[in-house]
Amino acid sequence: MSLAVASAAPARRSLWRRGILSSRKGRVGFAILVGLVAVAVFAPLIAPHDPNAIDASRILAPPDLAHPFGSDALGRDVLSRVIYAYRVSLGVAVGSTLLAFLVGVPLGLYAGYHGGWVDTVIMRPIDMVLALPAMLLAVALIAIIGPGTNISAIAIAVIYMPILARVVRSSTLVVASQTYIEAARARGTVNRKIIARHVFPNAVGPAIVQATVLMGFALQIEAALSFLGLGAQPPTPSLGSMLADGRDVLTQAPWVEIFPGLAIAITVLAFNFFGDGLRTRLDPKGVAR
Amino acid sequence: MTGTVLQLEHVEVGFATADGTVSAVSDVSLAVAEGEIFGLVGESGCGKTTLAMATMGLLPASATVRGAVRFEGNDLVGLEPEELRRLRGDRISMVFQDPMTSLDPAFPIGDQVAETITAHRDVDTKTARARALALLAEVGIPEPERRYGDAPHRLSGGMRQRVVIATALANEPALLLADEPTTALDVTIQAQVLDLLRGLRRRLRTTIVLITHDLGVIAQICDRVGVMYAGQLVEVAAVAEIFRAPRHPYTQALLAALPDQQQEPGSLRVIPGRVPNLVTPPPGCRFATRCPSVMDRCTVVPPLAHETPEHLIACWLSEATKRAADPAGAAAAGGAA
Repeated sequence: MSLAVASAAPARRSLWRRGILSSRKGRVGFAILVGLVAVAVFAPLIAPHDPNAIDASRILAPPDLAHPFGSDALGRDVLSRVIYAYRVSLGVAVGSTLLAFLVGVPLGLYAGYHGGWVDTVIMRPIDMVLALPAMLLAVALIAIIGPGTNISAIAIAVIYMPILARVVRSSTLVVASQTYIEAARARGTVNRKIIARHVFPNAVGPAIVQATVLMGFALQIEAALSFLGLGAQPPTPSLGSMLADGRDVLTQAPWVEIFPGLAIAITVLAFNFFGDGLRTRLDPKGVAR
Repeated sequence: MTGTVLQLEHVEVGFATADGTVSAVSDVSLAVAEGEIFGLVGESGCGKTTLAMATMGLLPASATVRGAVRFEGNDLVGLEPEELRRLRGDRISMVFQDPMTSLDPAFPIGDQVAETITAHRDVDTKTARARALALLAEVGIPEPERRYGDAPHRLSGGMRQRVVIATALANEPALLLADEPTTALDVTIQAQVLDLLRGLRRRLRTTIVLITHDLGVIAQICDRVGVMYAGQLVEVAAVAEIFRAPRHPYTQALLAALPDQQQEPGSLRVIPGRVPNLVTPPPGCRFATRCPSVMDRCTVVPPLAHETPEHLIACWLSEATKRAADPAGAAAAGGAA
């Protein structure tokens, strides 16, 4: 099992390379994600035009060299808008998943490690949230708090937190029953440190995989919320609201619809590929071990 | 013999299961003297490990412990979790059976040793690290500086067990519980680890309770030995005495089952019958179902009694046990004679 890892100091790096990047899916996903993150981060440098600049002479103009993705119903450059929208959407996707991770993982660790009534008190409400349909919950939350980018991020985090808590709880149950945890207790280590140092690193793997895949879906949920007008508010471009705009002109100017749709599809795919790559690395039954 | 370090008084451990309560340890009383290596021997499931876990306060919530485990003036059975935690790894520590699983695979070995120190001593990381390095050297890890940051999988089984022992000794405990410390190791490494334990006892006067099912290990290292069967302690004596003159039928059968070189291949001697179901253990002596000398009286639990000052036995064949069960009757009989 572990004897396979023979090299010295660069063990960690070689695991990374041999694990995630050894599968073609993982490599492709990783490459696309790096590119997409770069696009989001450097949006102002990359976008050829102002995403909100209205040009009455270019209403629904088809793609050409200066505007490779064409223009929308207000004559705005679709490429620039997709790039800026991507920034918002990816921000919401990553931010919401991170938030869910930061809240859900400690809860799952704590519930799984202590078990008994602690487990019940933490997990029962989480199961209740999990039982509600995700979109319905998000829409309801936004109906209460009001629309906006940050709110949709929080709504997605609320949906995801229980999923991550569950995943971590189950891997924690396995890890907590290992002899090395018993040994740590036999050393007199306090529970808090056992959880942080010994349970967390050994139990977090599946949650990282899950979070990666969830990020792709978070982008979809964000798009859906914006599509319904519950996410990013105009004039902030978002992939979902762009889809909503494009729907009205689908037959005359399909490029307004197609490019934001493609952006969503590619991103979700990249997250899934990357998640698959991670799984081969982190799954105890995977080849990397 | 100097002071008593660990004293078990009528310890009972039961596990709640779906089928009922499993009586894993039944009325065990035992005293371990300072600086001695006490062997606890018995087959798998006889309650040796459960007894050690009860001493450490590490039994799962499904277990109930009765009786008293006295250690340094405390009864560990009734102790608060936090007080127990302070003792664990400091005054009492434990070596687990399988060094392959008792070290955190994702944690540098040196830090696992240092963690034991920082859990109990208010020292900075540098001091703890220096002490951990000294400990690693002491248990015979070559080049501890270079090994300190290694993950456990980079060490061999014997080396890992040395790390586990270093961890257990970090705070120079008064009592070391070694649960099958050599079972997962091959014979040459086994001898090295036993040597290590012996050396530690000599230098630090650590009291060691060695749990094993291997009579060879007992013969090599222990001063006294306690024999357990199905949760009952049936015989306690000096090692030489146990091997020379076992008194309890179970001990006798156990020793007779040891293969020797004259034996025909394929003719292992076994104890007929099976270990009783501990949800519904037989009343009285639990070995009665397999004992060649079983008699009516065996349905009553025989008390553990001093046959000689150094030799304790719980069996109705023994006059000592009869006397302990009925001091008045024995005295009357003695008076009549």
